[in-house]
Amino acid sequence: MTAELGHFALILAFAISIVQVIVPMIGAEKGWSDWMRFGTPAAIAQFALVGFAFAMLTIAFVTSDFSVWLVAVNSHSAKPMLYKVSGVWANHEGSMLLWITILTLFGATVAVWGGNLPPSLKARVLSVQSMIGAAFLAFILFTSNPFLRLAQPPFDGQGLNPLLQDPGLAFHPPFLYLGYVGLSMAFSFAVAALIEGKVDAAWARWVRPWTLAAWIFLTIGIGLGSWWAYYELGWGGWWFWDPVENASFMPWLMATALLHSAIVVEKRNALKSWTVLLAILAFSFSLIGTFIVRSGVITSVHAFANDPDRGVFILAILAVAIGGGLTLYAMRATQLRTHAVFALVSRESGLVLNNLLLSVAAAVVFVGTIWPLVAELVTGAKVSVGAPFFNIAFTPFMVILAMTLPIASVLPWKRSNLTRTMQPLWGIAALSVALGSAVWVMQTGGRMLAPVGLTLAFWVVIGAVADMAVRVKIGKAPISESLRRAGNLPRADWGKMFAHAGFGLAIFGISAIMAWEVEDIRTAAIGDSFPLQSYELRFDAVEGIRGPNYTAVRGEFTLLKNGVEVAVLHPEKRNYPVQSTPTTEAASDQSLLRDVYVVLGDQQSDGSWAVRSYVKPFTNWIWIGVAMLAFGGILSITDRRYRVAAAARKTRMTAVPAE
Amino acid sequence: MLKYLLVILMLATPVMAVEPDEILSDPVMETRARVISKVLRCLVCRNENIDDSNADLARDLRLLVRERLVAGDTDQEVEDFIVDRYGEYVLLKPVFSLGNALLWFAGPLLLLVGGWISLLFIRRRSDATPQTDDLDDDEQSRLDALLKG
Repeated sequence: MTAELGHFALILAFAISIVQVIVPMIGAEKGWSDWMRFGTPAAIAQFALVGFAFAMLTIAFVTSDFSVWLVAVNSHSAKPMLYKVSGVWANHEGSMLLWITILTLFGATVAVWGGNLPPSLKARVLSVQSMIGAAFLAFILFTSNPFLRLAQPPFDGQGLNPLLQDPGLAFHPPFLYLGYVGLSMAFSFAVAALIEGKVDAAWARWVRPWTLAAWIFLTIGIGLGSWWAYYELGWGGWWFWDPVENASFMPWLMATALLHSAIVVEKRNALKSWTVLLAILAFSFSLIGTFIVRSGVITSVHAFANDPDRGVFILAILAVAIGGGLTLYAMRATQLRTHAVFALVSRESGLVLNNLLLSVAAAVVFVGTIWPLVAELVTGAKVSVGAPFFNIAFTPFMVILAMTLPIASVLPWKRSNLTRTMQPLWGIAALSVALGSAVWVMQTGGRMLAPVGLTLAFWVVIGAVADMAVRVKIGKAPISESLRRAGNLPRADWGKMFAHAGFGLAIFGISAIMAWEVEDIRTAAIGDSFPLQSYELRFDAVEGIRGPNYTAVRGEFTLLKNGVEVAVLHPEKRNYPVQSTPTTEAASDQSLLRDVYVVLGDQQSDGSWAVRSYVKPFTNWIWIGVAMLAFGGILSITDRRYRVAAAARKTRMTAVPAE
Repeated sequence: MLKYLLVILMLATPVMAVEPDEILSDPVMETRARVISKVLRCLVCRNENIDDSNADLARDLRLLVRERLVAGDTDQEVEDFIVDRYGEYVLLKPVFSLGNALLWFAGPLLLLVGGWISLLFIRRRSDATPQTDDLDDDEQSRLDALLKG
């Protein structure tokens, strides 16, 4: 019954979504308040129904109901519970259901917490949000029904790709989707504002929390994905510039730009038209990302041709949403005039530069991602665009961004004096360059990557911290005074510091691993010892083991430094009999300074084993940086100005019955 | 039983990326081989270079690269040799050519155009009718008078 109930709930949600598109929009146009109010219960009901459908599918997976086709194809009774649950979204149909569940969740949050929005804006936002909902519900119901039954259920399921059976990946898609789809909120707000013809500081204040939330989720999602790739995919690569990765990275870059430009709208009532355009573009990239991942068009034109219905359907949604949004923008943007005045050297200009760099960087990733497709369609030439291209074409923008960030982020609003702003920064700049030079002198081999990367990382991190140190007068006032000042600074400012420092730390980790990784590939017999950088690795044993749904050969290695044992490492080669797919489970000893990473290869004809080992310096700082970015976002979203708005709403809500 | 499984397991396992037996004895030449391998695509894989790939074809290509290097080819000659055989598709970094001009120049071009538009925008903002945030001379003298008084 569960599958049928879920299916029925989806159909009902689809019907509601269509009504929710029409009624609040007409209400807002005509000024009928009861029609406008319809959006609120409709959005909540939509979420309840879709959430119910999602719960039904989850039950089918958890109970291994193999009469449901999706479960039979993607699950197996012997799978650990965590992966039965994550199996729900580890396939096309289920992941689209998760997508729409999150979409309606965001719609419901506006319905519930949007009490302080002007009624007409709220009605229009919910109507636009429901347009996206209706489109994707139709997509699921007509092309990707997750609830199909099998007339003859199999005895057991076909299992889940072993690579996907990993805690990092179990939570990666939900976070990514929360981010992708969260940007729909910015889109709906932008389109609603264009229809209203009004964008002001208040609008920016409403949009920012949702954009921030989406950005935080996207940051965590991308970080989890990269972390998973690092320890699961074999050789410790953490970013491959794969089309699927780029699909999530482009919306992230745009969302980052949007976050910053929304600040200008909020504080200075400028950049309004650009911010609206960014909001539309950011969600457009989310849709393009969904299209890339779900249609398979980039990885292979054939995947698209095998299943053209889905691809064409998403392409149609894409065309209507992006085309419609941009057309509306072209018609209405001129109404969003700015009267704010600011000079060439000002915080506003700094944020314009930030937006320019981030959106051009996103455009470069976009062009690189679709280039193979475009080239094949236009000239018939088959070309590849991979990591070597992106490293060259993308990195310069991040270098300029890192160079300008500490200066631009402390410039005063409206008009400022570059000489005066730079005064406290010269020392930090000199220190950073000195550090970079020291690294250059100390390292053997002449690559510039590490010195430049470290100079930038130091500059960004210390710049961010020094800004706060100056503001709380550390060293210039008594400690108690500094603490008091620190407590009084808005949380958003602390968020800014953490996020910017996180960006710097990520640069540090990335430069270090790219410049200083040490690799060793050899054959080793049991009992052999061999040197690895300043360590010694001893190959102790190999044994066969059996896991819950796999078998494996497991090696045992002892890591020694100056004859003293540092760690024992157990790399595995697993085989999942249901899919007969082998995977390598690298073993690593991690610390803040370096990861030692060992992979067990094949047994050679002479009985020895192929062994790959690495020393990866400072790698964990990449994810510490990412975590700090997300933490900065969380601090910022809990800033007083949003909490005050929430409190004001509460008082108003309690005041209602007294009327 | 476990032993039996072990045997099956080994048979089912594909070769690893860069096997120990592939490595050239000359470390300089080996380093060159690794660098070249990183820009060549494993043709049967999804966005993987031959250096990282487990596929048999990638191994063949790695051996071919090393063979050419040992035969005395320069890095460029090795790449050209592989491209001649497998087409431009094998290069993960597309060549600078007229056909790829838009790909390579998209970034710099957009930065220039975007930067120019931004500058125009900011110039217009700074030239715009100043709002009454600042005091004019008359207001300033009145304020001075008030402060003194």
